[in-house]
Amino acid sequence: MKLKLPSWGLLVILLAAGVLIQLAIQLEVINAYWALVLTYMCIAVLSSLGLGIIYGFSGQFSLGHAAFMGLGAYTAALITRYAGVAPWSFAVALVGGMLLAGGVAWLVGLPILRLRSDYLGIATLGFGIIVRVLFENSDKLIPATAGARGMTGIEQPQFVFLWAFLLLLGAVLVARNLRFSSPGRALLSIREDETAANLMGIDVVRYKTIAFVLGCSFAGLAGGLYAHTFLFLHPSNFDFIKSFDPLLIVVLGGLGSITGTIVAGTAWVAVLEGLRLVLPSNILEWRYVIYPVLLIAMMLTRPQGLFGTSEAGVLVPKEETPPAPALETEVTADGAHP
Amino acid sequence: MPPSSLARLASEEESMTYYLQQLLNGIQLGFVYALIALGYTMVYGIVRLINFAHGDVFMVGAFIGYFTLRALSGVTLAANPWLNGVLLSLIAILAAMIVCTALNVTIERIAYKPLRNAPRIAALITAIGVSLFLEYFTSLKFVFGPDYITFPSPLPSQTWQVAGLRFSGVQVLIAVVATVLLLALNYVVRYTKIGKAMRATAFDRDTARLMGINVDLTISFTFGLGAALAGAGGVLYVSAYPRVHTFMGIIPGLKAFTAAVMGGIGSLPGAFVGALIMGLAEVAAKSLYSTMADGVAFLILILVLLIKPSGIFGRAEVEKV
Repeated sequence: MKLKLPSWGLLVILLAAGVLIQLAIQLEVINAYWALVLTYMCIAVLSSLGLGIIYGFSGQFSLGHAAFMGLGAYTAALITRYAGVAPWSFAVALVGGMLLAGGVAWLVGLPILRLRSDYLGIATLGFGIIVRVLFENSDKLIPATAGARGMTGIEQPQFVFLWAFLLLLGAVLVARNLRFSSPGRALLSIREDETAANLMGIDVVRYKTIAFVLGCSFAGLAGGLYAHTFLFLHPSNFDFIKSFDPLLIVVLGGLGSITGTIVAGTAWVAVLEGLRLVLPSNILEWRYVIYPVLLIAMMLTRPQGLFGTSEAGVLVPKEETPPAPALETEVTADGAHP
Repeated sequence: MPPSSLARLASEEESMTYYLQQLLNGIQLGFVYALIALGYTMVYGIVRLINFAHGDVFMVGAFIGYFTLRALSGVTLAANPWLNGVLLSLIAILAAMIVCTALNVTIERIAYKPLRNAPRIAALITAIGVSLFLEYFTSLKFVFGPDYITFPSPLPSQTWQVAGLRFSGVQVLIAVVATVLLLALNYVVRYTKIGKAMRATAFDRDTARLMGINVDLTISFTFGLGAALAGAGGVLYVSAYPRVHTFMGIIPGLKAFTAAVMGGIGSLPGAFVGALIMGLAEVAAKSLYSTMADGVAFLILILVLLIKPSGIFGRAEVEKV
């Protein structure tokens, strides 16, 4: 899979925007609270992109995404606890969290990915609950996690927002290149019809595992960022209820649409935090009453999500639109098509 | 002989009773889970929807039971305290069943019916939305409020000792009410016209419609029937574990759903057997290692699914190409 860039100009603009926002945070033009909200937007989108690969691209219904985020979060937090939060050790911690989440996903995926649709959802949900119970009891093995009391004493690295933003950009690139590559097309065909994909010679088990491991690695990476943004980890932060959040984002954006996931994830955080600002403090508890009403209204009016399966133009490689004659030979060459 | 094993010998008889007592507690919990699980399994069987809001309907049932009993506090229906308590409980259960039925039918009409031909995930997201709405709306101060409330049991707290085992009035109430409801459900589904319509709709909705079955009505009826059982389950659950709060439905709901999946989703006997296994597994895990109890229940689920993916009583679906 060659990493192709969508547009150099856009990339430079985005990088500049990220640096500028980080600068504004350093100069306290953006206060600490909004810095947290902006960072959380990146984390939520990053984690949702992971679920987008698992569920949106390849149709594997996973309800255990938060558990993998938690695995990444605890791993990264434990690494920086001993290695400190210098840029290099923070990077090691993030990679460590990502690898652990991906590794566990691989081990769990081997047996569990045989299950289909709702059964897979329930099994992953069960896995999520088991992981939460393990987090709650983890202090017996690793005292530093403090089990059910919640892990404190996580140091904050510098420029967390920029880290999250850059990693998100990278993740978007990876997801987009996957989407428009031969493995990506294999995943989409599995989503549409597993039996037919199998008959076409696609190694269904292999591609499902790749999607699951990659998606869960995104969640692990997002978890490491989460740990070093909020500096407090509690097992309930990674409960199965939290697995609904990326699911809502992915479905609201439109299943399989990277653009949709980015927009819906950003909007989701913005609406939840925005309601906090808009509502007078005496009816603040209405926040979680209004939010589900919006959610239901949204689903009733647009069940296919904001973007359906379409993508913004910048995310679509040029040769895909319009389908050039060259496409046919290219597809034949990569073996995903007879 | 070291003193510890002497003590173990002496307590062997005691521990036997202890395990039997736990078995009893597990069955009691299993009956309640069965009442919730049947609603999940019927709804899934007929519209292929994991109704995440079902646990919250169960919670509403518990609250309706609480408010009914509070309104009736001081009312004496019979001179005998047992008879009085049973009558009050039955009124509370009936009230909860009626309110929950109305609530679930309304939810189905507003939130799920418009999505019947949309992608299945849309209805699932709506169900999550309804669940969140019920939880947070009822937490508002003028609805049920955010506090933990102690549920007043109308039954006298006296227990009986039979062969070393303790029975409480609540346990007997749960066993009797749940059994009656399960038998009634069995009758409705197997021997009535609407039950036949339910089975036909679950089997093939389009053909059922062609045969003149009012599919919309049948689906609404299924939601109502499931909710009535969940409402009764809610009152029974808080009679045994007397704490009522607005988020109490999440975990029992999830476990009941798991039980339904384990038994084979769509199968009524499967839901019942799965619920009993779930109740027993939970009590067993709690008495062995309390903090891990939830994990054990779901580990069993995953193992069952891996060995027999369609559940214990489920029929494997053959995918037609």
